[in-house]
Amino acid sequence: MSTETLASGARAGSEPFDLDRPWQLHPQVSVRPERFGALLYHFGTRRLSFLKSPALLTVVSSLGEAPSAREACRAAGVTGAELPAYAAALATLAASQMIRERVSL
Amino acid sequence: MTAPLGTQPAGTQPAGTQPAGTQPLGALPLVEQFACGLDAPICLTWELTYACNLSCVHCLSSSGRRDPRELTAAECRAVIDELERMQVFYVNIGGGEPTVRPDFWDLVDYATAHHVGVKFSTNGVKITPETARRLAVSDYVDVQISLDGATAEVNDTVRGPGSYATALRAMRHLAGAGFRGFKISVVVTRHNVGQLDDFASIADRFGAQLRLTRLRPSGRGADVWDELHPTAGQQRQLYDWLVARGEQVLTGDSFFHLAAYGQALPGLNLCGAGRVVCLIDPVGDVYACPFAIHESFLAGNVRGPGGFAAVWRESELFAGLRQPQAGGACHSCSAYDSCRGGCMAAKFFTGLPLDGPDPECVKGYGERALAVAAGTSPPRPSGDHSHRSRPSGPVPVSIGAGPPASPGLPPSGRALAPSGRALPPDRACDQSPLAGFRPG
Amino acid sequence: MSERAATADITEATGPQAAEPELAGPDLLVEEVSIDGMCGVY
Repeated sequence: MSTETLASGARAGSEPFDLDRPWQLHPQVSVRPERFGALLYHFGTRRLSFLKSPALLTVVSSLGEAPSAREACRAAGVTGAELPAYAAALATLAASQMIRERVSL
Repeated sequence: MTAPLGTQPAGTQPAGTQPAGTQPLGALPLVEQFACGLDAPICLTWELTYACNLSCVHCLSSSGRRDPRELTAAECRAVIDELERMQVFYVNIGGGEPTVRPDFWDLVDYATAHHVGVKFSTNGVKITPETARRLAVSDYVDVQISLDGATAEVNDTVRGPGSYATALRAMRHLAGAGFRGFKISVVVTRHNVGQLDDFASIADRFGAQLRLTRLRPSGRGADVWDELHPTAGQQRQLYDWLVARGEQVLTGDSFFHLAAYGQALPGLNLCGAGRVVCLIDPVGDVYACPFAIHESFLAGNVRGPGGFAAVWRESELFAGLRQPQAGGACHSCSAYDSCRGGCMAAKFFTGLPLDGPDPECVKGYGERALAVAAGTSPPRPSGDHSHRSRPSGPVPVSIGAGPPASPGLPPSGRALAPSGRALPPDRACDQSPLAGFRPG
Repeated sequence: MSERAATADITEATGPQAAEPELAGPDLLVEEVSIDGMCGVY
């Protein structure tokens, strides 16, 4: 399957994803749970993202309420060993505007 | 950033409470997941009407005349309600010419108000400065103008006199209204494959995005495919051009059979028919895809008791398509994993077996198979809504009072130069297989 | 210009062109494509 990642997403040497900031799903994104995880569609960019893990869906869905992305991952059961993979996945989603930083209240 | 679409919540409840780590990361390749089908399409084509003001020679839906059994506005809204419940992200509305339905604009508004994005394909006939302005202010509606030649000469041979002018005028109106990034959609043929750079220039001129799609032998396309489909050499030329442009040029994933050349083009690179996409036709019939309008690919009708959802989820046809597909005659080919045997509709309507090579197989196996099949009659498309005034066969006809772009000219039925004057007739020795075909 | 990502899709590892080295990591969790990237839609 041919896909493309945006340059700042998952590549080594790119700006790392800040797990300790609060994040949220972009309001123009529609989330559709699937057996394999989820489909995310951004009505503004018209891009589709496939989340290939139900746990990642849990993380993404709970970002808006969690004090930080790290906390959202922890609450979703992501282990320390798995965290870098989830961080990089979140970085990809941030680069394509599926998620964005939340203004802290 | 404009307001969000309706009142769609930004997220949903998590799908489940599986602890992280119990699901092996990337367990099944995504393409395999999709090949097994989804609970709802990701997007789909919806042909709103078979009526059309044009009679393009290659029309995949054999459109022209409205079908009296067309879905009513209320039935269309019911379909949209279902698509919303199923969370279908967007519909590509086409036809025929969808804008000739009087309720077209209302249905588009209804869809976007119900969280279903819309892109509609049009020949541009109803894109006026007013409608263009209306479209420009909506983030949830996209427009795709059909164009099959970078010049009127090439375009109008396929789409009829005045159609080039109509399309360009629509583009001017969209650009003038500030609509950036509308799509110009081209069906690649033997006669326009040499104009790819020119198409790109037209897109640049109007701030649009170019889209190239594959000609299939579907609908009226069955009659002209032999003469119009690109040669093997041209196909390679097209592939190289597309690879060089990456994601700048869209393809609707319609050239996934070219992945066998090497690097795959952007997209899922698999046949989505019945798996992630499908067609709803003007009378509510649900087909695996718009290139496969034939009983063999008819899954059901939205007017049935369970509506569209029941057809998508329960149809035997779709269940069959969602089974793992073996390579059949292609299984031992090193390219099979890339091309996956190519396009089902292309094989079907050229009379080739579905478990064998695509007629345009880049390794040439398709040509060989066609030679073997020569002499046998391929299946004919189901239904024909073509305008009756055209003779049977691939003759471009413009219906109505004449070319919209040149109201002062009589409906001579002759191909027009961009200036609006009729072109001289083709010479008898003209290479084009459509030479001399002019609307009668 | 975006480049094609390495993915966990086994078909690409055996395709005519060698894929980029398989990364056991983030690309397994998220894949992206344009909404126009599905065959069977106009």
